[in-house]
Amino acid sequence: MSDHVVIIGNGISGITAARHIRKKSNMKITVISKESDHFYSRTALMYIFMGHMRYKDTKPYEDWFWEKNRIDLINDFVTEIDTDTKTLKLQDKGNLTYDKLIIAVGSRPNKFGWPGQDLDGVQGLYSLQDLELMEEKTKGISSAVIVGGGLIGVEMAEMLLSRDIKVTMLVREKNFWNPVLPVQESEMIAKHIESHHVDLRLQTELSEIIADENGKVKSLKTSKDEEIPCQFVGLTVGVTPNIKFVESSKVHWQIGVMVNEYLESSIPDVYAIGDCAEFKKHPTGRRHLEQVWYTGKMMGETVAETITGNKTIYNPGIWFNSAKFFDIEYQTYGSIKNKLEENETEFYWEHEDEQKCIHIVFDKETRSFLGINAFGIRIRHNVMDRWLASKMKIDEVMSSLRDANFDPEFYKLHEQEIVDQFNQENNTNIQLKKKSWKRIFSRS
Amino acid sequence: MKALQNIGLSLFIIGLVIFISLIFVGKYNLTNETFEQFVKDKGIKSELFINDMKTKVVDKEFSNPFSFSSEIISSLEAANETHKSNSEWGKVIWGKASSFTFEIAKSSGYGIVRDNKWLFWFLTFGLGILGSLLYIIPTVVTGGTAATKNNGVWLNPATNRGWIGWFAFAFLVGFYMLLYFNPDYIVNWVYIVDPISISLSGNAASQWFLYGLLYCTVMTVMAARMYIKYRHNKYQILRTTSVWFFQIVFAFLIPEILVRFEKPWYDFKNAFPLDYDFFFKWNLDELIASGGFGLFVLVWGIFLTLVIVPVMVYFFGKRWYCSWVCGCGGLAETLGDPYRQLSDKSVKVWKYERYIVHGVWVFAIAMTALTLFTYFSGVQQMLWIDMLGTHLIKTQVVQDAYGFAIGSIFAGVIGTGFYPLFGNRVWCRFGCPLAAYLGIVQRFKSRFRITTNGGQCISCGNCSTYCEMGIDVRAYAQKGENIVRSSCVGCGVCADVCPRGVLKLENGDEEGRISTGPLTISKTEIKLNSNVL
Ligand SMILES: Cc1cc2nc3c(=O)[nH]c(=O)nc-3n(C[C@H](O)[C@H](O)[C@H](O)COP(=O)(O)OP(=O)(O)OC[C@H]3O[C@@H](n4cnc5c(N)ncnc54)[C@H](O)[C@@H]3O)c2cc1C
Ligand code: SF4
Ligand code: SF4
Repeated sequence: MSDHVVIIGNGISGITAARHIRKKSNMKITVISKESDHFYSRTALMYIFMGHMRYKDTKPYEDWFWEKNRIDLINDFVTEIDTDTKTLKLQDKGNLTYDKLIIAVGSRPNKFGWPGQDLDGVQGLYSLQDLELMEEKTKGISSAVIVGGGLIGVEMAEMLLSRDIKVTMLVREKNFWNPVLPVQESEMIAKHIESHHVDLRLQTELSEIIADENGKVKSLKTSKDEEIPCQFVGLTVGVTPNIKFVESSKVHWQIGVMVNEYLESSIPDVYAIGDCAEFKKHPTGRRHLEQVWYTGKMMGETVAETITGNKTIYNPGIWFNSAKFFDIEYQTYGSIKNKLEENETEFYWEHEDEQKCIHIVFDKETRSFLGINAFGIRIRHNVMDRWLASKMKIDEVMSSLRDANFDPEFYKLHEQEIVDQFNQENNTNIQLKKKSWKRIFSRS
Repeated sequence: MKALQNIGLSLFIIGLVIFISLIFVGKYNLTNETFEQFVKDKGIKSELFINDMKTKVVDKEFSNPFSFSSEIISSLEAANETHKSNSEWGKVIWGKASSFTFEIAKSSGYGIVRDNKWLFWFLTFGLGILGSLLYIIPTVVTGGTAATKNNGVWLNPATNRGWIGWFAFAFLVGFYMLLYFNPDYIVNWVYIVDPISISLSGNAASQWFLYGLLYCTVMTVMAARMYIKYRHNKYQILRTTSVWFFQIVFAFLIPEILVRFEKPWYDFKNAFPLDYDFFFKWNLDELIASGGFGLFVLVWGIFLTLVIVPVMVYFFGKRWYCSWVCGCGGLAETLGDPYRQLSDKSVKVWKYERYIVHGVWVFAIAMTALTLFTYFSGVQQMLWIDMLGTHLIKTQVVQDAYGFAIGSIFAGVIGTGFYPLFGNRVWCRFGCPLAAYLGIVQRFKSRFRITTNGGQCISCGNCSTYCEMGIDVRAYAQKGENIVRSSCVGCGVCADVCPRGVLKLENGDEEGRISTGPLTISKTEIKLNSNVL
């Protein structure tokens, strides 16, 4: 096969697809992307701003890698897709034909039409260009407002605070990140964020951003009619697929590019992966858009299988994710929603320092383990994956907790405390087992 | 708080400036009496040298160490040259000229520093310690909450190879050059530590005592910084305590106390081949001459290298030595910690690293083999025949070459001097023959690994950036693969800086240690493995 695969977007999903196609075939591979010459880790944007790393440290592969693996890179913007002639129109470098096309163009920050949302000093954070802009617009300022309490909002707050800029954060919901987090965690994290001197305003929305005489942000008006003086506004109210240029093509789209379980779009030989893919029906019944790093990676791997001849259904397995809220790491495995379902019951343990907690959800009837949130405690992925896949009973989960801990050596462990509390609340008499390497690494 | 830090910084700079300027202070006058004594002690037979010294140096006043030492060296060289050309071998003065002049200078200097040793100790060491602590301790508050904080590391000229880094580099290199090659210029520095040396070993200080004391001081102050920076991480706290303890007690106090009891100076934790002159004739002779104790040291040294080191590496990885015990590691993990991000992560440098470090190891082993051959056979040289012809290899020459190139230049000048440019483990990564040996054991027969937590890696790059050994940790982590690398010293910082809890240093079953990325997709329906291209 010497088909020409063209990938639009050099983010995690596009690059994973390219690497895996190369591993399995001899196809000609071209990656077109506008944001940067080389693949870099978007998740590390905050660390560049805070001076932990340079841009070059965020590139997972050295620059020689692409040529060596015969992955051609074009820095340009695709303005149009003509699926009849299988041609892409590029902004600067003319036309390019493909045999197979993978759309992996990611997202862009949401803007909901607020008055003043395009003023000087108002922006989202998604790309390197956004980062540069933020660098420029936050020079010498003293206060900022962040609208939206998602993960990127928290990252932005941390970034601004690292430059001694006062941060106010507006969150629509009654609890922090409540669309995702159960209320217990929500409250703990809200306290933590406030302990970092963020002025967190719950149940508050943006109503208007006000400019000074030079068109620069001067203040922000909230839904509670308060006016907060600020020189910078970060809009972090989620992202949306970055597919404007697809809209004029024959490829079917709604919010994102519509795909089936094979990641195929409505047009043959056109696929979509990563943040910009929208499932008609998700193969495992999850949300139709999956805008995280890991799923982008999995979609890239899956589409590479299909394109190289092994038609493969996208099956990401058991959900997992992680994030960090200032000093508190967060890991989640399985399904744990902000509210319990009918059949579910829960167990919640929180450390007295309010920096660690474990939240477990299990089935009332069958006692099967359904999901876990861990804050401030690291958990072993492979162990969780196995426990969840095998629908392990909660009693066994509790007694095997030591196998799950992934904290660094010599850290204080809390399993005994956790199990004691569980026993007390549930009238059980579960005994903690000793950690077992055999169980940790067993594959079944 | 910030004000306190600024005061600290100023005090530190004042101490540093005084320290440097001490080189230019004081006068030198070699009295006839001292010189006669010196000639007697050293058994110098060259009347040429003695007479030349008497006309040019003795009872004359020199206002700086440079002209003083250059006069002595020119007398020495002229005399040696004449004796050699006349084949008067008995009259030639052997040994390192700079050590020779150091001893003369040490007994000839006079002036304000020598008269006020404690005062100047305080104005240099004292201000340095006080200033640094005043700078470091307030970071408990100014440095933010107890958690990994690397804010501004790449924006600060001290830690991003900026002008402060270059200045630190120049200072460190200069210091090591003086220490190894011109100790006669720094007798004033040595004077100020005399009182401490005398209280420990009963002898006046040598340049090596100065170095040892400075080393311990710097490690102690910077250990305080480690305690604060990593106060959330018990692994780091324990590890820092351990290296600090081994440096102070094993590398510094015990050897000095041994000397006090007229035993040979010996650092019990310094394993061959890092301790490259362990098998040198002078050392073996000295050990054997000191009876039961010497014999014990001899057996211990061999046992340490052949048994303790590999067995411990099997159970815990090379970290037990490199990050918990070793003095070089100790400095790297305290003074060097702010520079860890400067190590190069490229595949190219990794390749050089393997050639160089294993090359040094081969060199050390070959030199030792030659040394032992000479020791037991009495033959001073060997014929070596290879494609390039026949070479005469003199044991002494090989030892000198190793001592100069590896012992002084690599371990000292480059190894530490280059911290501010190439990171804090330059020596450990490229030069240490013991690290090469430990690494081979770690790579092929050990329970130690860094486990990667399934598919949680977001490829951010923090781990690779802060790996002092220049390991591209992310390259493994993002594939879901465990990190099993000979060079990993188990400092644990990659696991600390990872924002997603992906890495864990652990000792476990050998089975499954080297895993091949299982978990990007967890279900069995598609068996995708994520090896790189
Ligand atoms: C600040 C930040 C932090 C994040 N942190 C996390 C995290 O911790 N964990 C997590 O799971 N997820 C995180 N995410 C989300 C995650 O980064 C995304 O899900 C992921 O990067 C999406 O990858 P992708 O390959 O789909 O698209 P992208 O990475 O967006 O790549 C698409 C590329 O295509 C380019 N492009 C778009 N249109 C065109 C065109 N027409 N022509 C040419 N090029 C085009 C874009 O410029 C972009 O470079 C974070 C996102 C941000 C912004
Ligand atoms: S891999 Fe991690 S533990 Fe090993 S040397 Fe590098 S940073 Fe330290
Ligand atoms: S620091 Fe953690 S998340 Fe970042 S690249 Fe390394 S292992 Fe992956």
